[in-house]
Amino acid sequence: MYRIAVAGNPNSGKTSLFNNLTGEFQHVGNYPGVTVEFFEGFAYFRDLKFKLIDLPGTYSLTTYSQEEVVARDYIINEKPDAIINVIDAGNFERNLYFTIQLLELNLPVVIALNMTDIAEKKGSFINALRLSSILGVRVIPTVAKKGIGMEDLKEACFETIHKHIRPKPLSYPHELENALHKLESVVAVSSEFTGHYPPRWLALKLLEDDEHILKRLDDVESRNTVAGILHDVKKHILAHSGEDSQTAVVEARYGIASGIFRAVVKLKQISGKMFTDHIDAVVCSRYLGPLILLAIVYGLFAFVFKISDELKWIPLFNGDWVSPVGLFEHFFEYMGFLAKEHIGNKLLHSLISDAFIAGVGGVMCFVPLIFFMFLFIAVLEDTGYIARVAFILDRVMRVFGLQGKSILALIISGGLGGGGCAVPGIMAARTLREEKDRLVTMLVVPLMNCGAKFPVYAVLIAAFFSHSRGLMMFILWLLSWIFALVAGFTLRKWVIKGEQTPFVMELPIYHIPTLKGVLIHTWYRTWLYIKKAGTVILGVSVILWAMMYFPRIDSSNFETARSGALRELEQKLVNTKYTSLLPLTEKKLSEMQEEFSSFPAYLEYEKKISAVKIDEAREQLLNSFAGRLGSVFAPVSKLAGFDWRDNIALIGGFAAKEVVIGTLGTAYSLGSDDEGQRSLSARLAADKNWSPLRAFALMVFVMVYAPCFVAVLTIKRESGSWKWALFSTLYSTTAAFIIAVLIYQLGGLFF
Amino acid sequence: MKTNDICEKTLADMEEGDKARIVKVGGVGAIKRRLLDMGIGRGEVLKVERYAPLKDPIQINIKGYSLALRVSEGRLIRVEEIS
Ligand SMILES: Nc1nc2c(ncn2[C@@H]2O[C@H](COP(=O)(O)OP(=O)(O)OP(=O)(O)O)[C@@H](O)[C@H]2O)c(=O)[nH]1
Repeated sequence: MYRIAVAGNPNSGKTSLFNNLTGEFQHVGNYPGVTVEFFEGFAYFRDLKFKLIDLPGTYSLTTYSQEEVVARDYIINEKPDAIINVIDAGNFERNLYFTIQLLELNLPVVIALNMTDIAEKKGSFINALRLSSILGVRVIPTVAKKGIGMEDLKEACFETIHKHIRPKPLSYPHELENALHKLESVVAVSSEFTGHYPPRWLALKLLEDDEHILKRLDDVESRNTVAGILHDVKKHILAHSGEDSQTAVVEARYGIASGIFRAVVKLKQISGKMFTDHIDAVVCSRYLGPLILLAIVYGLFAFVFKISDELKWIPLFNGDWVSPVGLFEHFFEYMGFLAKEHIGNKLLHSLISDAFIAGVGGVMCFVPLIFFMFLFIAVLEDTGYIARVAFILDRVMRVFGLQGKSILALIISGGLGGGGCAVPGIMAARTLREEKDRLVTMLVVPLMNCGAKFPVYAVLIAAFFSHSRGLMMFILWLLSWIFALVAGFTLRKWVIKGEQTPFVMELPIYHIPTLKGVLIHTWYRTWLYIKKAGTVILGVSVILWAMMYFPRIDSSNFETARSGALRELEQKLVNTKYTSLLPLTEKKLSEMQEEFSSFPAYLEYEKKISAVKIDEAREQLLNSFAGRLGSVFAPVSKLAGFDWRDNIALIGGFAAKEVVIGTLGTAYSLGSDDEGQRSLSARLAADKNWSPLRAFALMVFVMVYAPCFVAVLTIKRESGSWKWALFSTLYSTTAAFIIAVLIYQLGGLFF
Repeated sequence: MKTNDICEKTLADMEEGDKARIVKVGGVGAIKRRLLDMGIGRGEVLKVERYAPLKDPIQINIKGYSLALRVSEGRLIRVEEIS
């Protein structure tokens, strides 16, 4: 099996080409030591199997960005059998600049001259044969979107491998050649320095002040000789060209590129502007641009919620129609019903229904929402509009230490007033190429009001702010943005310091997205979400459940109370028409419930029993590990107005914010006397220990405190270290606590 | 070379629709390299397509493609206007 890497500029059509070569059989490989993921897939040519590796799209091969380092290390260290270099023919010169850097490595390169259709529309016709003879490698014209040229491409790879085709050496301007020559001869002497790098390439990299290569030089015996010569030649270049050697190397490459451009491209004057220019003139314009942006963003939410939750468009067996979210809810309800019917064991039943179904099911119900959100975003991404969003908003975001592209991540996380999710938001930060911007974005994204925080707000607002729901939601929305922006500002100023990262971004031409491309994108991301629910959430749910379930208390006292009530009822039944039923058992009673329902003595009995049950459950909860933990924190959390039950709920919320309301519900229904008749809102409103102030403090705390467990894991994965995952948990929880205490204490002075 | 005023102009001084030739790319380290990698080099001709709604970043056309960069980066690029 041959390994073939796919490399090229961003937006050159790499992904489309990769998908077309490999079909559906691709998976994501994570290479040791790096956090950037590679897609891997297999392609077949005659009876040969190729393993394809899709490298991150980059403009260059320097050490300044993570992605470039990943791409280059892979190419150099893993030594793929061939490299397919995808070139955007419509953007030929700049793409050639990257190609030249690949050719410098003297590797088996095959060029896929992609987007030839667009280039021709632009009026540029590229002579592939001539290009091939100039560079010494195979060049295959392709239209990846339509699958044109794929077979030829595979054949060219095969040929390149078997005939050991290598590129012709490139010649640089005279001055540079001299410098390279001198360096090469000293470099080549030391085999520990050269290793598996070509000496000429090392010489180039030395001139480019390449950090990795300079560091390598540190451990080499002949370093002083090399450094001496390097110093001399650099001085010479500076004197001669008026530029430092790095610039000279880049300019030389672009010189070669434009020479090749002139030799192989035939330009035809095309009258009028391109399609893309017309769209940009509207979409990026002063007044209309921002309005269109708002409309699209609003459209995103309207579409996502309508199609996944509001419109009932999926038929059920029984003739009913449900929404996709409804379908999931039905499914889990049914599972719950099955569990109740068929699982006799109390412990097992509690595990299945409270941990599996309530925990995992609750999260899985968001799958349709997530799917449609990603679908919409994938379409936006594939068209090229997202880059325009970044362009329009960069100025605003920069004030807060973020940048244009951060906005997408914030929106996905719920920046428009709910319904989002921080997990895909954090993943969306990947489009930020600068490490620091990416980190800050990942750290503030969880502050947005994601869909999971909504139930918490809904319940508390209904209980305490029912007269001003809209206003309250608006305040919470505003607060989330204020917190996120202030956090961004603060982090950038004191934690993730450093000069402002450059914002130099290509605005790719608009494309009509392909169904296949969009679906692959969407499904990949949705699948990640599902996988999380099935693994992490499941695990955490079980742990939390166990913490609330164990240790069991001694229930004999409650047993006695229950049977006492039963005996009392028996006595009242003597000499009534029910005499024949005596002696009573709880089971018998529950079967006869309907008949008894109007019998006063029975109602009284029921009341007593439920009081006992509530006492027991309350006792149980307070005594459980979770309850004890909640009580431990109570003296501190009191400052913010939270009692032990709130604490349990909030601890549970670490797993997923949805858990907060569920846990509060359990804790309060367990502790009240109305047998679950009243809603949690009503119950809280009636509780004299609660006040609007406490509710508000709690809502703000839930908004700000630690991202849910899955989000934390995602931060770990995306940032590549536990450090940031931990930091994000700690900073937000600390901030949340301080803010909540301030609200509760200061508010207490006025209300 | 303070003698020639045109040389002191930077990309950030250009207006929408202006064309200019790059005279020198300033800055150091990652920023400079990034600009160079994107094809912003001496002698290259660029066209200012437009400014973003808040007057920053700038969208330019260079080597036949569209590039956005901030005004602060634009200041690093010395240009001479051509008509
Ligand atoms: N007209 C045309 N469009 C193409 C061709 N190849 C790809 N596209 C489109 O170009 C856009 C970008 O393609 P991708 O495959 O996502 O490009 P990429 O290089 O993987 O881009 P990044 O993922 O940003 O690195 C998509 O909308 C494709 O449908 C082609 O040969 N002709």
